[in-house]
Amino acid sequence: MSGPLLKVEKLVKHYPLGDGIFNKDPKVVRAVEDVSFSVEAGETLCIVGESGCGKSTVARLLMRLVDPTGGRVLLEGTDIASLKKGELRDWRRRMQMVFQDPYSSLNPRLTAGQIITEPAGNFERLGRKKRETLAAELLKKVGLAPEIMHRLPSELSGGQRQRLGIARALSLKPSIIIADEAVSALDVSVQAQILNLLMDLQEETGIAFVFISHDLGVVEHIGHRVAVMYLGRIVELANCEALFAKPIHPYTEALIAAAPVPDPTYARLEVPVEGEVPSPVNPPSGCTFHPRCPLAVERCRIEVPPLVPAADGRLVACHVRATQ
Amino acid sequence: MLMRVSSEERIIENFREDKTIDNDVLLDVRDLETHFFGEESVTRALGGVSFQVKKGETLGVVGESGCGKSVTALSIMRLLPKMSAKTVGGEVCFHGRNLLDLPEREMRKIRGNKIAMIFQDPMTSLNPVYTVGRQIAEAVEIHSGASRSDALSKAAEMLRLVRIADPERRVNNYPYEMSGGMRQRVMIAMALACSPELLIADEPTTALDVTIQAQILRLIVDLKKRTGTAVMFITHDLGVVAETCQRVIVMYAGRIVEQATVTDLFSRPVHPYTKALMRSVPDRRRGKEHRLPEIPGIVPSLREPIVGCSFAQRCPFATEVCREKSPVLEEYGADHAVACWHAKEVVSA
Ligand SMILES: Nc1ncnc2c1ncn2[C@@H]1O[C@H](COP(=O)(O)OP(=O)(O)OP(=O)(O)O)[C@@H](O)[C@H]1O
Ligand SMILES: Nc1ncnc2c1ncn2[C@@H]1O[C@H](COP(=O)(O)OP(=O)(O)O)[C@@H](O)[C@H]1O
Ligand code: SF4
Ligand code: SF4
Ligand SMILES: [Mg+2]
Ligand SMILES: [Mg+2]
Repeated sequence: MSGPLLKVEKLVKHYPLGDGIFNKDPKVVRAVEDVSFSVEAGETLCIVGESGCGKSTVARLLMRLVDPTGGRVLLEGTDIASLKKGELRDWRRRMQMVFQDPYSSLNPRLTAGQIITEPAGNFERLGRKKRETLAAELLKKVGLAPEIMHRLPSELSGGQRQRLGIARALSLKPSIIIADEAVSALDVSVQAQILNLLMDLQEETGIAFVFISHDLGVVEHIGHRVAVMYLGRIVELANCEALFAKPIHPYTEALIAAAPVPDPTYARLEVPVEGEVPSPVNPPSGCTFHPRCPLAVERCRIEVPPLVPAADGRLVACHVRATQ
Repeated sequence: MLMRVSSEERIIENFREDKTIDNDVLLDVRDLETHFFGEESVTRALGGVSFQVKKGETLGVVGESGCGKSVTALSIMRLLPKMSAKTVGGEVCFHGRNLLDLPEREMRKIRGNKIAMIFQDPMTSLNPVYTVGRQIAEAVEIHSGASRSDALSKAAEMLRLVRIADPERRVNNYPYEMSGGMRQRVMIAMALACSPELLIADEPTTALDVTIQAQILRLIVDLKKRTGTAVMFITHDLGVVAETCQRVIVMYAGRIVEQATVTDLFSRPVHPYTKALMRSVPDRRRGKEHRLPEIPGIVPSLREPIVGCSFAQRCPFATEVCREKSPVLEEYGADHAVACWHAKEVVSA
């Protein structure tokens, strides 16, 4: 295979708002606007941004849980929109998803063993014996004892449930996992266990991750590259170290400055950007960050800044900063 | 513009307030025990919690989900669900009176007036059918006896104080017409309308985005400096504590395990749980290649009585005594207290 494992080209998703029947110009939620990126085998690409910026919509588009308004998703060079129903099923083996909420994403009536072997059961008939062997194997992979397979999700802790979600995603040996806020609902002490697990699995199997999170500390720890989203668009896409060492886009800069640091000897000089995040129903003209941006110039109100390579090769969408 | 500076350089504006803490005790909580009574079981949410809030200080309360932070606040305010919960032991002394013994009528005068509280989700504590102006004005009327029209103009003033733009127009907004950050500002305005002596803020920024969180934290700290109100700041986020609080108590499984000034707690944590908690948060200064140190195991169930130290099952230092006898919170240096049988060994380890 040549080229990236996953390639996303100009993805757009608009959700209609209310019914447009009596309305000549129905409003839409511009959840995702012109998003492009790629993921290499064995890589972790993180997507960060504040709530409502479109992260989960990107995940749903990748998994084709919703249809895009525009753009393409290519997995190993194949456009997933071109796949027929049967082919789509087969393709789903290669891309799996882990959700935020380990409580609601598992069927409460199935045992742990049934939950994690369910995807495999859809592809081949599994006898009881075979199912149990597979379950034990998967549980071991995510650091759980085989006895757990007979328990119901309600009898497990949050961390154990999230491990189950990961075990289920791993069961079909995918080449990439989309993890949407996979550790956000967990306590920090348990979060560390899950992050270590994901990094170990990547080392062992070379699996790729699209890791979606609003937590910059977690992203900095686990990411190889990071895409920063604001109001449906990627505003900066860079190597993890470079991004945190020197953010270029003013929004990235504000985001990093705003994250509280667990060290009382550090203090911030200035509260980052003022104002609220605008609505994706009625986004500001030009650069959508301009009402909050301390560097905004006239041009920012008029033209949408393109995502272009900056000096060190990272991508930045900013009229003022991209070319400096 | 947007940058961080080390402590040596920070001359301009200080986010957190570092002035010496007044030693006058405002609130004295002793051996607070609160239980929830379920159909088949009792949850011992608080197993004897003791601490003090000093006049004008910002006291942080940290700990993981379910450790009893909110129950502590609700027990002090006597806002626990009546049917299922009961404070079964302890005292909450405020101006020489035990709040737990007051008749409800007396307690109502304290709530909002002397002690105010703001919650994680402002939507659940704001009334959706009234304008925010009317709700703030009502709080002012009840507590100060001001006339309706005075109270309404005070409401606009309060909105300006919490930096809501165009306050004269905003008083006519309903809560749903405001963003999460603005609603939290309204809550803060309501809480401060009667100049309380103590403000209990339970995860006031947890539901907000980080750029909005930074604005709200700054606002709380600024208002506190101006009014001298003591703040009890409940959060699970060590970063938020480091930036806003002067003293901190760390809770685990319904007990306080450590208590210290914020600088002391972060520079030399003593309790094995505090140490492990701090290490398990990703931190760039430790370098990226590192595996995150995990805390093995899970928090013990509060449905069974905990014998001995509640951290014993997960603690690398645990010995026989830890599993048998519950450690008490003892002084460990100035302004620092720890509940651990082996504090000395832990520090030198
Ligand atoms: N209404 C209730 N009924 C039964 N148990 C409850 C109730 N409210 C809280 N508890 C229990 O009391 C304990 C302490 O809960 P509390 O809400 O104080 O935790 P917390 O530290 O505030 O957690 P979080 O960070 O999740 O808000 C937990 O074990 C919780 O399950
Ligand atoms: N099914 C839907 N119908 C209408 N709007 C939606 C729907 N799903 C998401 N949105 C909106 O799209 C935007 C992006 O949402 P989402 O991708 O879920 O954000 P997040 O970054 O928090 O995951 C938000 O404004 C959200 O309200
Ligand atoms: S394009 Fe203009 S408004 Fe947008 S981030 Fe750059 S300077 Fe700010
Ligand atoms: S008392 Fe014992 S078990 Fe508890 S924290 Fe100290 S050493 Fe660990
Ligand atoms: Mg989401
Ligand atoms: Mg709480």
